[in-house]
Amino acid sequence: MTRTKKALTLGVFVALVALGAIAGCKNRSIATLSSGMDAHSNADPFPASGVIDGWVKTDETRTYKADDLWQYIDGDAEQYLRAGVVSAATSGYKFHGQLEAVVDVYTMKDAAGAQKILETGLTKEAKTVALGDEGTQYAQSVIFRKGPALVRIVAYENTPETSQALLNLAHAVEAKL
Amino acid sequence: MRSRREFLKDAATGAAMLGSSAAANAMGIGGMLGQRVQLAKSSVIIARDSQLHSQGASKPDEKRTLDLLDRAITAYTGHANPVDSWKHIIAQKRAQNQVIGLKTNGLGGQGISTHAVLVVAIAERLQQAGVKAGNILVWDRNARDLEACGLTINSNPARIRCYGSDSAGFEDAIQNWGTAHPRFSRILTRECAMVINLPILKDHSGAGVTFAMKNMYGVVERPQDLHANGCNPGVADLNCCPAIREKFWLTIGDAMSSVYEGGPGFRPEHLWYPNTLMVSDDWVALDQIAWNTIEKKRAEAGLATLEAAGRPPRYIATAADADHRLGVNDPKRLHVVEV
Repeated sequence: MTRTKKALTLGVFVALVALGAIAGCKNRSIATLSSGMDAHSNADPFPASGVIDGWVKTDETRTYKADDLWQYIDGDAEQYLRAGVVSAATSGYKFHGQLEAVVDVYTMKDAAGAQKILETGLTKEAKTVALGDEGTQYAQSVIFRKGPALVRIVAYENTPETSQALLNLAHAVEAKL
Repeated sequence: MRSRREFLKDAATGAAMLGSSAAANAMGIGGMLGQRVQLAKSSVIIARDSQLHSQGASKPDEKRTLDLLDRAITAYTGHANPVDSWKHIIAQKRAQNQVIGLKTNGLGGQGISTHAVLVVAIAERLQQAGVKAGNILVWDRNARDLEACGLTINSNPARIRCYGSDSAGFEDAIQNWGTAHPRFSRILTRECAMVINLPILKDHSGAGVTFAMKNMYGVVERPQDLHANGCNPGVADLNCCPAIREKFWLTIGDAMSSVYEGGPGFRPEHLWYPNTLMVSDDWVALDQIAWNTIEKKRAEAGLATLEAAGRPPRYIATAADADHRLGVNDPKRLHVVEV
């Protein structure tokens, strides 16, 4: 009996170790995938639904190489090309099911290109915000640069919540750059 | 500026109304391929409603938009009744039982695209004028642009159709005019008997201003080929192509909302509400007025002129020159009729 008990105990122990190993592998798999995403965060800087309170990602991310940028912004592509755009990515978001916004992330050749776009069209209403290397905010939009990345987030309505909600979304994007 | 009475008087004589191209064809001199004949004066109807957007609303009021459209179209045709006006417009192109296209502009995204409420208003009047729902085709570059306007994609011929050139495709053959060598959307070449141009007024980072003529970049496969040098002479050359001249004619310009800086994309910090529709068959005249409108707003906002900003819309003068003769840009020869 004692031998049987010992055998059972050993069996349970082995089984637990095996389960632990499998679980560990699963956890590692998740961790590996996550770090893989982090490693490619420049390709996908878009926060998933639920990551930021109230915000849902409503579209698949669309990406454009420099040569194809006109398909997204037509004639506006010229100024980005002059500033050295490499690629652009965009996705729609919705806040609490109502406020719609779009996030555009332009990857430039260098920070100077991002700075050039950031400075274009600034008005006296622009408010400086602590985002990335430099950021500004209006009532319905946020634009900032971080390294060679230029991020523009635009909301389609101006509600009492818009300004803070955009800022929260912008910080989440910044964290993924 | 002329009064409505003066304008209607001209209309009765046919001098100011209903289209340089239509008039030219009637006179037998419209055969000069791709060119409009300049009449002595060109008229632009400007219909405005300061209450179009109720307090704090980002979308124009539906009923007021229909009323505004009616005012603009009756002033344009000289008919007292809006439905009669539309019958008259349709008859000009003998399009009573054919497909009539409505070319929108949704490039700027949902914040600054041709308003769906205007499209719906036009479609309603067209049907009241006898056009079958399935013979109305709302179109643009692609489905995304149409959805940005707030429209729903539909190819069911029993209802008003709505789809983009991305699904209809483009002609294999290239048309050539000057620097323009485009392949045109098959919606334009194969499906529509006539198309009404429905651009939205915007500042444009390259061309300076985008409105009537620039909207034609959305009917070709590779518009980026025409963007060099501030779209000059790209815009003018493209608008001379027979595919456009034969099918397009009337522009109902959406200036209900607009961006005066940072366009053609949506820049809410530069959004304003002119609450206006601009109607004409002289697209050069329309674009000249559009330019003036943008400049006035830029001045109010303390911004540099488009000339000083390095992007005056030179394509407008090019379109009016002796090589293109698409219309009139001389302020002395423009009749602006405000209703």
